[in-house]
Amino acid sequence: MIPKDLKYAKSHEWAKIEGDSATIGITHFAQDQLGDLTYVDLPKVGQTLAAGAEMGSVESVKAASELYSPVSGIVTEVNAALESAPEMINQDPYVAGWMIKVQLTGGAEGLLDASAYEQVCAEEAH
Amino acid sequence: MPYVPHTPEDIRRMLGVIGAPSVEALFAEIGPSMRPKSFDLPEGKSEMAVLAQMEDLARKNAVSQMSFLGAGFYDHHIPAAVDALSMRSEFYTAYTPYQPEASQGTLQAIFEYQTAVTRLTGLTFANASVYDGGSALFEAAMMAVRQTGRRRLVVCEALNPIYRVMLASYTSNLNLELATIAHKDGSCDLAALTAALDGDTAAVLVQNPNFFGTLHDFGALFAAAKAQGVVSVITVYPVLQAVLKSPGEMGADVAVAEGQSLGLPLSFGGPYLGIMTCTRDMVRQMPGRMVGRTVDTQGRTGYVLTLQAREQHIRRQKATSNICSNQALCALRSLMHLCLLGEEGLRRTAEICIERAHYAAERLAAIPGVRLLSDAPFGNEFAVSLPVSAYQAIDKLTSRGVVPGFPLGRYYPGLENALLVACTEKTSKEQIGILAEMLRGMLL
Amino acid sequence: MNTVFKKSDPGREGVWPERAHKSAAELLPAGLLRTRPAGLPSLSELDVVRHFTQLSKRNFGVDGNFYPLGSCTMKYNPKFTETVAAMPGFTRLHPVLPQLGGAGRLCQGALEVMYETERLLCEICGMSAFTLHPMAGAHGELTGVMIMAAYHKDRGNKKTKIICPDSAHGTNPASAAIAGYEVVNLPSRDGIVDPIELAKVLDDSVAGMMMTCPNTLGLFERNLPRIVEMLRSVDALLYYDGANLNAIMGKMRVGDAGFDVVHLNLHKTFGTPHGGGGPGAGPVGVSERLVPYLPISRVEKLEDGQFYLNYDFPKSIGYVAPFYGNFGVVLKAYAYILRLGRAGLIRATESAVLAANYLRKRLDGVLEVPFDRICMHEFVATACKQTTCGIRALDIAKMLLDKGYHAPTIYFPLIVKEALMFEPTETESLDTLDQFADDLMALLAEAAVDPALATGAPRTLPVTRLDETRAARSMELTDDL
Repeated sequence: MIPKDLKYAKSHEWAKIEGDSATIGITHFAQDQLGDLTYVDLPKVGQTLAAGAEMGSVESVKAASELYSPVSGIVTEVNAALESAPEMINQDPYVAGWMIKVQLTGGAEGLLDASAYEQVCAEEAH
Repeated sequence: MPYVPHTPEDIRRMLGVIGAPSVEALFAEIGPSMRPKSFDLPEGKSEMAVLAQMEDLARKNAVSQMSFLGAGFYDHHIPAAVDALSMRSEFYTAYTPYQPEASQGTLQAIFEYQTAVTRLTGLTFANASVYDGGSALFEAAMMAVRQTGRRRLVVCEALNPIYRVMLASYTSNLNLELATIAHKDGSCDLAALTAALDGDTAAVLVQNPNFFGTLHDFGALFAAAKAQGVVSVITVYPVLQAVLKSPGEMGADVAVAEGQSLGLPLSFGGPYLGIMTCTRDMVRQMPGRMVGRTVDTQGRTGYVLTLQAREQHIRRQKATSNICSNQALCALRSLMHLCLLGEEGLRRTAEICIERAHYAAERLAAIPGVRLLSDAPFGNEFAVSLPVSAYQAIDKLTSRGVVPGFPLGRYYPGLENALLVACTEKTSKEQIGILAEMLRGMLL
Repeated sequence: MNTVFKKSDPGREGVWPERAHKSAAELLPAGLLRTRPAGLPSLSELDVVRHFTQLSKRNFGVDGNFYPLGSCTMKYNPKFTETVAAMPGFTRLHPVLPQLGGAGRLCQGALEVMYETERLLCEICGMSAFTLHPMAGAHGELTGVMIMAAYHKDRGNKKTKIICPDSAHGTNPASAAIAGYEVVNLPSRDGIVDPIELAKVLDDSVAGMMMTCPNTLGLFERNLPRIVEMLRSVDALLYYDGANLNAIMGKMRVGDAGFDVVHLNLHKTFGTPHGGGGPGAGPVGVSERLVPYLPISRVEKLEDGQFYLNYDFPKSIGYVAPFYGNFGVVLKAYAYILRLGRAGLIRATESAVLAANYLRKRLDGVLEVPFDRICMHEFVATACKQTTCGIRALDIAKMLLDKGYHAPTIYFPLIVKEALMFEPTETESLDTLDQFADDLMALLAEAAVDPALATGAPRTLPVTRLDETRAARSMELTDDL
């Protein structure tokens, strides 16, 4: 459940980097820990994000979690469908459940590859 | 010992199972340095003796006075059925409805309460209530601060000063700016309020009727606020909402109220009820509990506490508020009250209150030297200016069995001679006549 | 069951007052009036009585059901306190009376109740002064932290942090944050605060620490004297969350133990039923050095025996309530303390602790108790063993509902997985405790054989398990949505 072509933050966001833009979401592990999501609060188009800084939050019935941007950049697109259907993140966290697209202003330093992230999950699961 | 059922034999058996030599042994971890230095309390009394003592204390309160006090807190008739129903132990000996299957009574009642108060204010969402009208106003201001990311609050000076001092206390550690806009003869200065709004303002806070009893249509102010991205917050008097233009019709974003006038006795300041309602745009900022409708595993309708991820037990220090309860029993009483009166009953109540106050204003203004503080429209409360200090008038009339009103000078320097007079459906025309005659006599 | 709005039938007469001579439209300008009715229901008195009576039957309450909900002290509260709170001499008293100059003479009885209640609470807790103003436990926490902030500000201390142990009540961090502080979470060791861990986070920037003692595991904080010393060394204040005072009355006094601030939940320990979630009352007590910062107003007694309200406290944090707190709840607490007296309060504590330890031992071996030693008024067990056959704490809670018991608190505290927190309280008889333990053991034995018995519970109540996800997504918060 950890795609090889993505980069990961320890805080369980993924980033798909294509040239100078990136698509961002949360991982299968994160959605599984949170349970059925009921609400997502995402940044707005045009907002500037700094890598590691808070960019929004997700809520389920019994939990809430902040979202941290895995990269630095400017938001170019937001997945508006999530507002009325946050369950898409549970069902398909890496494709239909994407959250935002970002025009990068920096690199992907500090992000983990799939195998390093797998270890993070394995540790947290204990 | 009353209310503790364990007999000596029970205690012996329980200690045996625990494996402790004595009850005191259960407290062995409390070291000698932590033991009480004293515990000097009276010995217990019989139920009869305590009730007699409390009756004596109750008699030391002069509640048989004829009273024209309001100031945001009103003595309305409470239908007898409110007491009878709210004292059903299934309601009042229950805890917060954490187990929804065993709490459908409380949960559906709160859902109905939320419905009733949103219909009164004309907004879309309500929470299950907070402590009182003052904390509701503070929480509304904080909703605006979170929503806008701004830190300036524009407050009308004619908003109940009791709430304004609470707001000042609560915000003192929070790096917020309070800009208070002076009233004009007891009316809100709409032009000055509008001019005070800017791009740094989180919210504008007003009251209808305001502390002086004066009525306003804040529609234009709220439209101006919207244009600047400012959240409009209004606090209202629920009884008059039966006839007055609703916050929703005026374009408010958050409407709050002190719910005391809906089925709660004055009780020297509490328990009361903080009503909170808001638009869809603001609902994510709402503090406190909320009840939502859903279905069970068999598709039957049921009710649960919902949107709890905003709350302190999940969010901890990032919660929207530290409030983790509601005034459930007070909310229940207010719902029962509204149902027993119904649309027609509440409208009639509002109309009698207004009619009596207008009659009283006419009678008092006819006394030489007495005039209405302004000619602005008012509801069930109004201010008169006396030729003497209001305190003096209160002192004299009170000693003759009539509390004529509230001295506005207590909160508004320069208005030492102004008296705030309230009427409800319990105020008879005869009582108003007595007040007018006594005041006339005093001023001769 | 239909909502009350669906039962409305226009034309039915409720409890209406007489009609005014003039309508609102004749009395006020049209622009100030609503253009359409609010939409309140039209019902007869019997319609309303039947609706709410039927609703009440869909509820568990202490009077009808054993309610071992941990941390909530769901004990039986005697009825005479309701009689007291309903006396017209109290209910009809307008709260602004003391502000009318000499009119304080019209409410001497009420002021005396406040004065005497404060004195009694001071003696019970060993504090110098109390305020009755906070309107709930969490409100007391906020008030207490605001008082701590005022103290530091007055002394010129630059303090920015409040320490909250992970075994403290869940509201503490939110209260500290709303008072403007940064919250430092402190992990506990062996279920209690560890001075070594405390030393790692304690420095001059710490304004204070909020402790729950006994903590949410029901354990007494043995290291308290050392903790007090450590906090004093950096001029940090110690806050006592006294929500569950029935654990320590007469056995320990908060002030004697070195705490500076305490809030009490009067509705838990002192004779007020919970009302389905409120109203309560959360008075705050302080040590001598914090007295100047208490909220305005304060009730005082003159030499001639008259009581009055003093509003003149320049260092006060100001107003936290419109008046004097939930006076109706304070009345009940006062009457309750008078009724029990010294020996009765001590006996209440002893019995609460005895009952909790007894139930802990009775359930030992069936449920796992992670900190298996003498507890105070409550204890925490875990359903870890049961999870191996697919039964969770939630399922156990739902099975208990079917048997007519309210469930214990579940999934709290967060530091114990699958937590079930039991607080039997002092008012439950040995027979009730035994029956409950027997029933719970039988339920767990049956469920171990057939887990579906647990996961499908409850079956006998008006509804089965509810879809909370749907509720949160659809946000049907009123009958109009």
